[in-house]
Amino acid sequence: MGVPERDHRRAARGTLAEVFTGFMLNTWLAATVVAVVAGVLGFFIVLRGAAFIAHAVPNGAFAGAAAASLLGLSTLLGLGTFAVGGALGISWLSRRGRQDVVTALALVVMLGLGSLFLSLSREYAAEIFSLLFGDVVGVNRAELPPILGLGLVCVIATLLLFRPLTLSAVMPEAGEARGVRASRMELSFVLLVALATTMTVPIVGAFLMFSLMVAPAAAARSLTARPGIAMGLAVGIALIIIWLAIALAYVCAWPIGFFVGALGAGSYGLARGWDYYHLRGPNRRQLAEGPVG
Amino acid sequence: MLMRPPIQAWSEVGDLMGSIFGPGLFQSSPVQVALIVGTVVAVVSGVVGVFTVVRGQSFSGHALADLGTAGGSGAFLLGVSQLWGFVVIAAVAAGTIDLIGPGRARSRDLATGIVLGAGLGLAALFLYLDTTSSNTSGASMTILFGSIFTIDGGLVPIILGLGVVSLGTVLILYRMLLFSSLSSDMAVARAVPVRLVGIGYLVSLALAVSLSAMTIGAVLSTALLIGPAACALRLTKHPGLALLLAALIGVAVTWVSIVLAYDSFYWPPGGRGWPVSFFVVALIFTLYLLLQLPARRWASKWASRSAIIDARPAGP
Repeated sequence: MGVPERDHRRAARGTLAEVFTGFMLNTWLAATVVAVVAGVLGFFIVLRGAAFIAHAVPNGAFAGAAAASLLGLSTLLGLGTFAVGGALGISWLSRRGRQDVVTALALVVMLGLGSLFLSLSREYAAEIFSLLFGDVVGVNRAELPPILGLGLVCVIATLLLFRPLTLSAVMPEAGEARGVRASRMELSFVLLVALATTMTVPIVGAFLMFSLMVAPAAAARSLTARPGIAMGLAVGIALIIIWLAIALAYVCAWPIGFFVGALGAGSYGLARGWDYYHLRGPNRRQLAEGPVG
Repeated sequence: MLMRPPIQAWSEVGDLMGSIFGPGLFQSSPVQVALIVGTVVAVVSGVVGVFTVVRGQSFSGHALADLGTAGGSGAFLLGVSQLWGFVVIAAVAAGTIDLIGPGRARSRDLATGIVLGAGLGLAALFLYLDTTSSNTSGASMTILFGSIFTIDGGLVPIILGLGVVSLGTVLILYRMLLFSSLSSDMAVARAVPVRLVGIGYLVSLALAVSLSAMTIGAVLSTALLIGPAACALRLTKHPGLALLLAALIGVAVTWVSIVLAYDSFYWPPGGRGWPVSFFVVALIFTLYLLLQLPARRWASKWASRSAIIDARPAGP
């Protein structure tokens, strides 16, 4: 896991000049990969209106980490199992029920298991805190290769599926007519979220990953309706947010999750304001809400 | 306190009852408080939950609970009762969600996501400050996962009062709420104040969620909100009956969970009870899965009746 005790982080409090030295380099690298993945996936999360799934899969997967620590297995394995299991469960059950209800139930089941594992395993509260809220200053060199590998797989898979995913999100009927099965796209989308989750939760935590996926992409969507540009903007905004958040967290020793949350909401507010003042006109609403009919 | 020795009366009832209910279950005052509070919370959550499911606002319901983490930890920081933290933050969040994302399901989903992200950031900060200022990192566990056995008995009247307010709002708005949930456009055409009704509903949702966040924890209160309602709507399509059934299922699940959690003190690995919230979730999910089975077999009979669910507005 490599999550340091919380006191270490306070001890690591320093000036901006030190922020690029030593172990912090790993943090910058890992955070950059996370932000790119979050931006790319976030675009589809906003397009599909799937914020609940983006919240449920990382959040529920933390139970897997708790199970892994109870059984003495690798955290990544536990996270992956629960993330993929949750994703499959949601897409299987939502064929016969409403998706938001099924997502809520799947999330709650995973969290319930997590609370049981935690109560059985005498885990330190600090560890749980960092799994949920993230502790990005705890990345060590050995963790970097799997993060980079999974991140690359995630981004490449998303870009390969870019056209069918966009089509089935925006115009499901037209997609079906062209042989793009909406249910299959749904499944691959949820699995991509699960993959990204496995990679990012140990580094940035479940809550932070969620903020980083939703807020930048939502801001980007307010600024442009063009898919490619929106995705690029989402990645850019996510990068700026995480870099700023790391620097701020390093300097004043407050948790990074707070800065990501605040900066994310701020960027969304700014984008909405910009949208409101600069795009007044007949097509303003259409641009703001996207091309969905 | 939870481990009072069995009193004489129990041996008369018999070993069987004793082994089901555990020694001293009903004499223990934390258990009494837990049963009272659990009942109130289950009824309120069940009733409000039916509308949450019908309106497709499960995400809002869950987000309000998660945001309660910020409220709970903020209250802990200020030294006031957690309940007020939960209530205040839920009301503020409900207002904000309605402000930036009214209307269609997709924009509401997004608005909920943004508010949730910002709120979780605040929660991270408050929890951090809690742990650094008072060195009780267990606080974050209590806020997240709740503890129905440690509720202060003095809070019971307040919890009852808030529950009544929440339930009352929903029942007063019942007809308008049902109408605007099933067909928003028709309701507008009939001069139902849809926006106002929606806000009234969000307030009662915020209250219901705060109460359950208090008892079974912020991250699991969704179980009591969505679970019984989803089960009830599988059993009946009649709205009034669904409210009643959801409340009943919620209460039954809560009681069984409290009893099981009390008994689990003697289960492996021993010396520590299993969490109530785990039993709540496990029971509700099992029930939901069981209810899926007849729905498939008797699909023509059950699922295709003219239904609340079928008549709902389309959307993700």
